[in-house]
Amino acid sequence: MIRVKDVTKVYENDGTVTEALSGVTFNVDRGEFVAIVGPSGSGKSTLMHILGALDIPTSGEYILNDSVVQNLSDDRLAEIRNNEIGFIFQSYNLLPRMSALKNVILPMMYAGIGKAERTKRAMEVLKELDLEDKINNAPNQLSGGQRQRVAIARALTMNPSILLADEPTGNLPTLQSDEIISLFEKLNKSGRTVLIITHNDEIAARAQRVITLVDGKIVKDERKRK
Amino acid sequence: MTFLETLEESVSVLKVNRMRTLLSILGIVIGIGSVIALMTLGEATQRSITDRIQSLGANLLTIRPGSQQQGFLKMNSTENTSLKFDDALAIQESPRITTVSDVSAEYSSRSQVSFERNNTNVQVTGVSGNYFEIRNISIEIGSSFGPSASDNYEKVAVLGPTVVEDLFGENANPIGQSVRIGSSTFKVVGVTKSSGTGGFSGSDEAVYVPLTVAQDIIFGKDYVSAVYVVAKDQTVIDAALNQVGFFLLERHSKENVEDADFSITSQEQIIETVSEVTGTFTTLLTGIAAISLVVGGIGIMNIMLVTVTERTREIGLRKSLGAKRKAIVMQFLTESIILTIIGGLIGVLIGLGVSMIITSKMSLPTTISVGSIFLSVGVATVIGILFGWYPARKASKLQPIEALRYE
Repeated sequence: MIRVKDVTKVYENDGTVTEALSGVTFNVDRGEFVAIVGPSGSGKSTLMHILGALDIPTSGEYILNDSVVQNLSDDRLAEIRNNEIGFIFQSYNLLPRMSALKNVILPMMYAGIGKAERTKRAMEVLKELDLEDKINNAPNQLSGGQRQRVAIARALTMNPSILLADEPTGNLPTLQSDEIISLFEKLNKSGRTVLIITHNDEIAARAQRVITLVDGKIVKDERKRK
Repeated sequence: MTFLETLEESVSVLKVNRMRTLLSILGIVIGIGSVIALMTLGEATQRSITDRIQSLGANLLTIRPGSQQQGFLKMNSTENTSLKFDDALAIQESPRITTVSDVSAEYSSRSQVSFERNNTNVQVTGVSGNYFEIRNISIEIGSSFGPSASDNYEKVAVLGPTVVEDLFGENANPIGQSVRIGSSTFKVVGVTKSSGTGGFSGSDEAVYVPLTVAQDIIFGKDYVSAVYVVAKDQTVIDAALNQVGFFLLERHSKENVEDADFSITSQEQIIETVSEVTGTFTTLLTGIAAISLVVGGIGIMNIMLVTVTERTREIGLRKSLGAKRKAIVMQFLTESIILTIIGGLIGVLIGLGVSMIITSKMSLPTTISVGSIFLSVGVATVIGILFGWYPARKASKLQPIEALRYE
């Protein structure tokens, strides 16, 4: 479902040219649980942003569910981000002045889902993630783990087939990050494709496949048998 | 996202930055406020002037000597002598003129008026017929004089309140006293009512005497400076104008209207001219006020640009969650429109308040024109769209990942 062919990404900043990705090629099938690892600056995040339709590759091809992403219009990309991909950031990226419930509702508002329906769906997802008593709390009234669960809830409400997580446990203490990892496993078991960038060895150990990036190139692509 | 949801969202954002919201709408408040105040004042002034002219008698026609046709050069700069008292008499007595109910003539010139050691130089007006009724000049103390005064060469005078003050001092009663006008002595019989500021219904600085006395004794002239004709009612004003016009043309042995040695104006014409002048003034002042509205609009644009920069990360996040360009444009546009509409409404209230205070102080009629309120709220909306559009579009064009990285 994800096909990446010879993708490069070049940044130009004040005349200095940085190549974040240089010729990355791989495929991900439906239902896989992939961990992407590598040292900082290896291009993991850049790759994830391209996969999440948040960024466009400089050259090469990214095909998501049979459409060539870099050829799509701005608005079509917005639609893909809205209902085909759930993106989870390291820094949660919740809107600070909105309650947990409203943060979760936001993608459904942009999808044009009616008020009653979207509130119901948000409540369901929040309940599933044990956040039902926190729905009216603002993000700054929640712990890091709770915030990340709100962010995951937000990524799940549109029921995307792909979940992309950029170091989801990077800012969390061990106990809370265990919770989050288990959550991703559960989501993967229910049929979603999950790609996680991580420094956490435990996540990498639990994934079915580990892709290692160094200097913008895939140096290792390892599948485990379960 | 529906419009209502966008609205709700914008209001909640504006509430967070209350102080900034208030300051940024201030420009619009002042702009709309001054436009409303000036428009209302302009309208009130115009109505007040029109009312005053109307009160002089809407049926009044004024005949003045001199040619209607005035080219670049006026050939004769001396006084026009073409209109005589006999013309006024003839109009009144002619059986051919059926639409006129009353006629009065005046001769007016400046002269020295004195009482004991005080003297003043004022406009002395000799009047015939029922001049005081026709010109709607009210008497405060004493009485005016009737048509017989002119016929009988009575040396009586009606003074304006300013003249009384100058000659007799404040609050003095001059009735029965004698004043000197030119070289003759006149008995004061009445004082006119003060016409207030900006009045048209006669001047406070005037002295009225019988026409014959003014012509023969004071000034030694045989012509008049104006003849006033009252049409029977408002529907025959045009007919009266034509009857009197052609009658005088024939009397003065002129063949064409172009050769006429007199001109006739109706009150309506005067109202039109005055309205035009006050209208121009109102437009000019409103135009100046509108400039402040533009400045206010730029203030809104400025604050919206700051807001967009400040909320770059939020915009990036919204886009990463699936917000399309239109949704982002709408969000920021709604914010700026809310700002300008709130500013507009406050401006309307302040503008109306200010104009009410001023009109009541100047005893002008206050009229709240619903049109100007709708207009300014409309203008406020347009300013919101106009000046909010650029920042909103700028926001919508941000690339999600670059916006998210923004520190």
